[in-house]
Amino acid sequence: MYSFLINLLLLMFEFFKIGLFSVGGGLATLPFLYNLAAKDYGWFDTSTLADMIAVSESSPGPMGVNMATYAGYHAAGIIGGICATIALAVPGIIIIIIIYKFLEKFRNNKYVEGVFYALHPAVGALITLACFQVYKSSFLGTREFFIQPLHLAFFGTGIDIKPIHFALFLVIFWLKMFLAKKMNKKIHPVAVIAAGAVLGAALGL
Amino acid sequence: MKELLELYTAFFRIGLFTFGGGMAMLPMLTKEVVEDKTWATNEEILDCFAIGQCTPGIIAINTATFIGTKRKGAIGGVVATLGMVSPSIIVILIIASILSQIMGYPIVGHIFAGIRVAVAALVTESLVGILKSGIKDWFGVIFYLVILAFCICVTNSPILVVIAGIVVGICRIKLIDKKEEKK
Repeated sequence: MYSFLINLLLLMFEFFKIGLFSVGGGLATLPFLYNLAAKDYGWFDTSTLADMIAVSESSPGPMGVNMATYAGYHAAGIIGGICATIALAVPGIIIIIIIYKFLEKFRNNKYVEGVFYALHPAVGALITLACFQVYKSSFLGTREFFIQPLHLAFFGTGIDIKPIHFALFLVIFWLKMFLAKKMNKKIHPVAVIAAGAVLGAALGL
Repeated sequence: MKELLELYTAFFRIGLFTFGGGMAMLPMLTKEVVEDKTWATNEEILDCFAIGQCTPGIIAINTATFIGTKRKGAIGGVVATLGMVSPSIIVILIIASILSQIMGYPIVGHIFAGIRVAVAALVTESLVGILKSGIKDWFGVIFYLVILAFCICVTNSPILVVIAGIVVGICRIKLIDKKEEKK
């Protein structure tokens, strides 16, 4: 019992650190988890980590959170999963609440407004890049997307797009974006995800 | 109390239908928070991502805390974040023990491949909406393209991008001030 508590505290401490130092998207937690696997806690090793990534990517919930739950579960069972996830969330919660209180006071300040005015297109660019990451896991092959023009120039082989996946992407996008608007209807995202699941099974993607 | 419950359930639904990294939450986030509940505008979602990108923590958690705090103060932030992580905890704990076996069936792979294609289409639609509300003039278009080129060719460190945004934002205000002084 005693050693279990110590283990749990260590787990929470490690995931608190990950929450505090991982800046950016869910994949930002990865280097820290590799670090944990290398340490001699015996919670999980690098090969289980590869499984964790696959599972986290294809189950409901943001990937970073899924990784924490899964890793915590491996380390200390169900309680471990819950504790690791909460420990991961705590730093973000505290920091964002503080920043929000600060912003509430200064959001109408001329300089803060100017900064956000410039930040919007800049973050738009970051979101665009993140969008390409999503494409990569859905209809692009394993090769780096932005390397493709170079790849074509040097090796003479084209962009690695999975044709059926890409066609389905275009159909869904067209339906959601244009057809629904023409008929003045909105399709709920969940319906689109469900349709994707059914089509995926039917077409054997 | 009712509003806190609403926050929790809204973010529970968002967490449940986010497949993949933080950006995959965008379609559900705009549907729930911007369209259905009008708790925030598209621009505020951009503010939120700007802050979430450059502060410690997972973006999904930071975004949930931000919207929750905006709605109902610090407690709202905590409740929204709990809602966001609850589906992960439940789903992963249930399936972690059996998932390795389930993953063996090819049909599961096909289903998730289909879901990822659907998510790609949804995210693209959200991206268009976000860019439309975030880029208002030629300054925005040019700055967007410059940052995009920088990220592709040099490095896509979010911290550097946010610092660049802050510096350019302040310089722009200073320049506008100077012009007005001359007048």
